Amino acid sequence: MAQLDTRQKLEILADAAKYDASCASSGTSKRESAGKAKGIGSTEGMGICHAYAPDGRCISLLKILLTNSCIFDCHYCINRKSSNVRRARFTAREVVDLTLAFYRRNYIEGLFLSSGIIRSSDYTMEQMVEVARSLREDHQFRGYIHLKTIPDADPGLIDAAGRHADRLSINVELPTDPGLARLAPEKSAAGIRAAMGGMKAAIEDGHDAKKRYRSAPAFAPAGQSTQMIVGADAANDSDIVRTAATLYDRYALRRVYYSAFSPIPDASAVLPLSRPPLMREHRLYQSDWLMRFYGYKPAEVAAATDDAGMLPLDIDPKLAWALKYRDAFPLDVNRAPREALLRVPGLGVKAVDAILVSRKWRRLSLADVGRLTVSIAKIRPFIVASDWRPTALIDRLDLKPRIKREQLELFAA
Amino acid sequence: MHSILLPRPDDIDAWRDAARALALADVAPVDIVWRVEGEGGDLFGDTATPFPSPSTPAFAVPRRFVDLAQSVILHRDPERFALLYTMLCRLKDDPAMIDDESDPLRRRLDLLAKEVRRDIHKMRAFVRFREVEDGEGERFVAFFEPDFHIVRANAGFFLRRFATMRWSILTPDLSIHWDGETLTESPGATRADAPGDDPVEALWKGYYASIFNPARLKVDMMVKEMPRRYWANMPETALIPGLIAGARAREIAMVEHTAPRGNGATAWEKLREEASHCTRCPLHRCATQTVFGEGPIDADLMFVGEQPGDQEDLAGKAFVGPAGQLFDRAMADAGVDRARAYITNAVKHFKYEQRGKRRIHARPHAGEVKACRWWIDQERRIVRPKRIILLGTTAVHSLTGKAQSLVSIRDRVLDVGDGATARATVHPSYLLRLPDRDQAEIEYARFVEDLRRAAAL
Repeated sequence: MAQLDTRQKLEILADAAKYDASCASSGTSKRESAGKAKGIGSTEGMGICHAYAPDGRCISLLKILLTNSCIFDCHYCINRKSSNVRRARFTAREVVDLTLAFYRRNYIEGLFLSSGIIRSSDYTMEQMVEVARSLREDHQFRGYIHLKTIPDADPGLIDAAGRHADRLSINVELPTDPGLARLAPEKSAAGIRAAMGGMKAAIEDGHDAKKRYRSAPAFAPAGQSTQMIVGADAANDSDIVRTAATLYDRYALRRVYYSAFSPIPDASAVLPLSRPPLMREHRLYQSDWLMRFYGYKPAEVAAATDDAGMLPLDIDPKLAWALKYRDAFPLDVNRAPREALLRVPGLGVKAVDAILVSRKWRRLSLADVGRLTVSIAKIRPFIVASDWRPTALIDRLDLKPRIKREQLELFAA
Repeated sequence: MHSILLPRPDDIDAWRDAARALALADVAPVDIVWRVEGEGGDLFGDTATPFPSPSTPAFAVPRRFVDLAQSVILHRDPERFALLYTMLCRLKDDPAMIDDESDPLRRRLDLLAKEVRRDIHKMRAFVRFREVEDGEGERFVAFFEPDFHIVRANAGFFLRRFATMRWSILTPDLSIHWDGETLTESPGATRADAPGDDPVEALWKGYYASIFNPARLKVDMMVKEMPRRYWANMPETALIPGLIAGARAREIAMVEHTAPRGNGATAWEKLREEASHCTRCPLHRCATQTVFGEGPIDADLMFVGEQPGDQEDLAGKAFVGPAGQLFDRAMADAGVDRARAYITNAVKHFKYEQRGKRRIHARPHAGEVKACRWWIDQERRIVRPKRIILLGTTAVHSLTGKAQSLVSIRDRVLDVGDGATARATVHPSYLLRLPDRDQAEIEYARFVEDLRRAAAL
């Protein structure tokens, strides 16, 4: 095979990384380079998306694989052993140089490095840690680093990874154990969970140490995240929501990413070769937000699913829940507590907080609420205001089609 | 009438000095004209009126207002100075009203501040430096076109991040430069003043094109977050039209060129194993086991029944009970070889009602059919049958997605996608339930004829 130049390698190894949904660069400790003699970079808490691709995804980090060669044969993965894709491998030095060249031009917030497994888990992890070490120690790089860690790598390597990286992640890959057994026969669900549990403990130890000694080294200050593929195994939305809730609780994850399974070149016959269920993915993210920011319990989100355990695709899960539990409405915006108002379809966290503050000044009319929200029309059937009561509107059988029409229009915009 | 002349459009300190003096003198908002040097007409000339002397005691404003004003002042809306002053006058009487978010004036200022904050964020995201060499070494230069007067306020971000680089950001109104030690300003510039290229951009474009997944085109989402007005100064955006145009073709190529690759047998084994743990609907709780399809995985012909019965549930095999025996006889009479067909059910767990010691078949409802559809789809992807025979309305419902009566479709060829044709006939258990022997014979003959015709289709 002819020698590949940097650009060819970059294209192969970025192409191989694009099925990972995560690109977040937020939530880490603050760092800056002002007043420093050497080095480059800053992090200010809020992530920055430096570009968007036509798939609507944000490009925040240089997201690449160190190599796309792999000794595993996971069916859903474009890089599996039996796939015919072109293989390439970066040296640690090449990744470091590329990261710095992109960062200096303000293309990226940092690096998200993942890798196929070559030789052994430890060998691969060593190579990835070396990239992070060199960026931090040789170049004083203060930008964001996300390392995908290999579940059964040596704890010493995971520890080194955590000292250099802002975020670590291990993918659970599939929402159910039988799904993992079918599609990633060499991976172990128990092993992945054990590794996530170990990571949680290490992150907490890091925080504790940091509280006691300011000089203690930080350990993955942006925490850990994971990803699961949606639509490649038999899990329904209700299963996925419960799995995600368990993951958040048990491993203190910052984020669970849902990735609609999309066809990959040279796919295995085990897989659905259909268009990725993007709307389903979107609804799962919405249900994720309901659990994290709106106080919904997993069972409540599951209650919004249909009898096959699937969330409706035509309306969002919050509206689906509200239409199913109409007796919880209408709510008086001048009296209802925060947790109740958060259940009103169309009211976001910001709007609810604004209502709580504003109602100390006056009894809110529909127009007052309208100024605090994007669309009053969607909210109207579910609230009572000083000059408004939805007479019988809540009982209308055609409420769903009426509101649905509006939601579609919002999406079209 | 008071005329206030601010030296710069983003000068919060000058505005604050003027606003404080005017407010202390109880000057009404309508009695002030706010202008910026070098902007607007000369209706009032270039002269400013002196600040009036105070007539009311000093007062403090909430921190939240100061933050709001610092953002709003960077907007281009010519009314911003007057709006902020109106707000200030109201705060003088009632400082707590800063928290009243449903107040129309407060809301308007919030929206202006929000637009400014977004512009600041987008500048941090979308500035693209190009590297040039000068006498002192490497220098990074960008040309950017912000919506508002944010450049000065945003300099700190670039300073904190790129403190050890020498850089310049040129914009139409104002340019800023960092030499490693001090920040300097110069007048506005044009795109032609910035370098035209950087070899690293080719790598960046290569990355941009490769990280894009053509199977998930969401152009609206991209444009919403990366509005077109920023594109001119971002090298990668030149690729967008080509990427969008080629996306569907690339997706189809991925799907088509990757069709079955010989590991169908393994795939089917694994699928059956996963199905044995299925919990997609509640039926798994009472049934003994999942009864998966069976037959050659390269079969041309596929039969889809309703669900396993009592005996199938215990045996773990499809069509072995009384209906299965009748099915076998009809297949033989129709001259169709059961061993060469793939036989499966629309629902893979036995649904029943317990009556005494007997488990009586219960019809699966729409949700259960829908939940189980996933497995049929997977089986079809592996087996890829050309002809599918739907036995009974549950199978029709499963594959066509809608409940239909057999009468209306029995003589038609149904479209079930993926290049397969389907025909529907009765389920053999229907024949077993017919009380009238003569009618049963007629229906049986018709069933055999249906099988023969469908198999020959």
